[in-house]
Amino acid sequence: MNKYVERLYNGIIKENPTFVMMLGMCPTLAVTTSAINAIGMGLSTTVVLILSNMLISMLRKIIPDSVRMPAFIVVVASFVTMVQFLLQGFIPSLYDSLGLYIPLIVVNCIILGRAESYASKNPVLLSMCDGIGMGLGFTFGLTCIGIVRELIGAGKIFGLQLMPSGYEPVTIFILAPGAFLVLAFIVAGRNKIIKTLEKKGKEVPKQTGGCAEGGCASCSGCDKKVFPTGQEG
Amino acid sequence: MGEQLKISSSPHIRDKATTSNIMMWVIIALLPATVFGIYNFRDTHAWLLVLVTVATAVLTEYLYQKLMHKKVTIKDLSAAVTGLLLALNLPPTAPLWMGALGSVFAILVVKQLFGGLGQNFMNPALGARCFLLISFTGRMTTFVYDGISGATPLAVIRANVEAGNAVLSNVNTMDMLLGTTGGTIGETSTIAIMIGAMILIAMGVIDLRIPASYLLTFTVFIGICGGFVDGIGFFNSDYMVAQLCGGGLMLGAWFMATDYVTAPITKNGQILYGIVLGLLTGIFRLFGGSAEGVSYAIIFGNLLVPLIERVTLPKPFGKGGEK
Repeated sequence: MNKYVERLYNGIIKENPTFVMMLGMCPTLAVTTSAINAIGMGLSTTVVLILSNMLISMLRKIIPDSVRMPAFIVVVASFVTMVQFLLQGFIPSLYDSLGLYIPLIVVNCIILGRAESYASKNPVLLSMCDGIGMGLGFTFGLTCIGIVRELIGAGKIFGLQLMPSGYEPVTIFILAPGAFLVLAFIVAGRNKIIKTLEKKGKEVPKQTGGCAEGGCASCSGCDKKVFPTGQEG
Repeated sequence: MGEQLKISSSPHIRDKATTSNIMMWVIIALLPATVFGIYNFRDTHAWLLVLVTVATAVLTEYLYQKLMHKKVTIKDLSAAVTGLLLALNLPPTAPLWMGALGSVFAILVVKQLFGGLGQNFMNPALGARCFLLISFTGRMTTFVYDGISGATPLAVIRANVEAGNAVLSNVNTMDMLLGTTGGTIGETSTIAIMIGAMILIAMGVIDLRIPASYLLTFTVFIGICGGFVDGIGFFNSDYMVAQLCGGGLMLGAWFMATDYVTAPITKNGQILYGIVLGLLTGIFRLFGGSAEGVSYAIIFGNLLVPLIERVTLPKPFGKGGEK
């Protein structure tokens, strides 16, 4: 596989930040009350992630190791400020509904995590593809959760009434507990599918980088190497 | 010599009690409250709601265990108890699908996904009740009695305090004792619940530690703080009776706080747990957004159980002595 395409595949499926690495949980749980909010949040983060990955990758030989964290934060914060002004100017409705969570993109651990573990060690184009992949993976994860929550909690998807008029929305799903429930069910379902595929002997997307690449979040990758499929008990 | 010494690993003390036995006694103890509730709300479909809720709970457990290729444990009756407790916590006017949805949530999400009986971290029936309460607040807090929609006694007290009327106007404590008031199906009659509680204590299914410390703490708290906050004087007897018999306190203290799985196992821990529940219930009732507070208090207490057990763990003999 082309290494650029591999980066995209890695971000969207293999190391999906929401369902596999469990990063960026704060926006994942907070703004997925509707599908449109989820997509807006995902795409804003994607833009910031691509730009910050590129710039950090360009500067990777200039930034001294000892002050890399503050340097990354400055880069990310500048891009977030730009995105925030753009949203406020052109999509004020989304800006209002995302509210505080736009400036909080600065501290989203996906962005800092990618800067630290990928962009600061790899060339510009690869880092850009990594940003696109991770960003789209994040958007995909958020949208999945948003669609389920909006459908059950309000009977709509993207504001379109889908459920019959007699349906009573289960309000808890657009409140905080619903976010945890939906996320847990989706992750459990994904794990179940992966396990079934493994049993059938199909090739399954596994985290290959393990601890070396993804930091602690991807440590489960190592376990699977030590205990081959089906022997965990 | 070898035949006289019986060597085996622990446990050395055995008891004939089985899960299905205990659950059977809980169901028998719940019958007075159930029957009275069905009689009390005979102009609604309360009997059908109880039936549907229990049946759905058992069916959910059966289907889940079948589909997951696990041992089917519906014969231990724990699912039936969960369904029955949930039904007693629903208003009689709740639609049937709501009871069924609550049962599915209780068994599937709160109980089975965490590993089944003995593994759930919170009381399944109460978890489902809070799920429904948050999702369908309007339906869960609309109470109809004798065809007339009205507030529960606790809500009347709350409204009186807020409107500045006499605190106990329109509240009849005798009705509350008997249970001829509005409320959820199983919570209204203190007498019917107490009959059930006597059965449980007589059969040794529960002991007094949790309910006694719960009710005692609540009484003291509400006697002092309630008298102060609601402005009715300390330990006003009618007010105390209304608070003790009102809402889900009795049902919660005797049947739900004592759930084996979600209560502490250490003796001191059980007393501490009761005190925590009493304080939380009092605080929620006096200062919370709703006049009720028992279900949230017990759920919150359930979450604290691991911590309570940790601080009340008995010291093994010989450990931590003087140095």
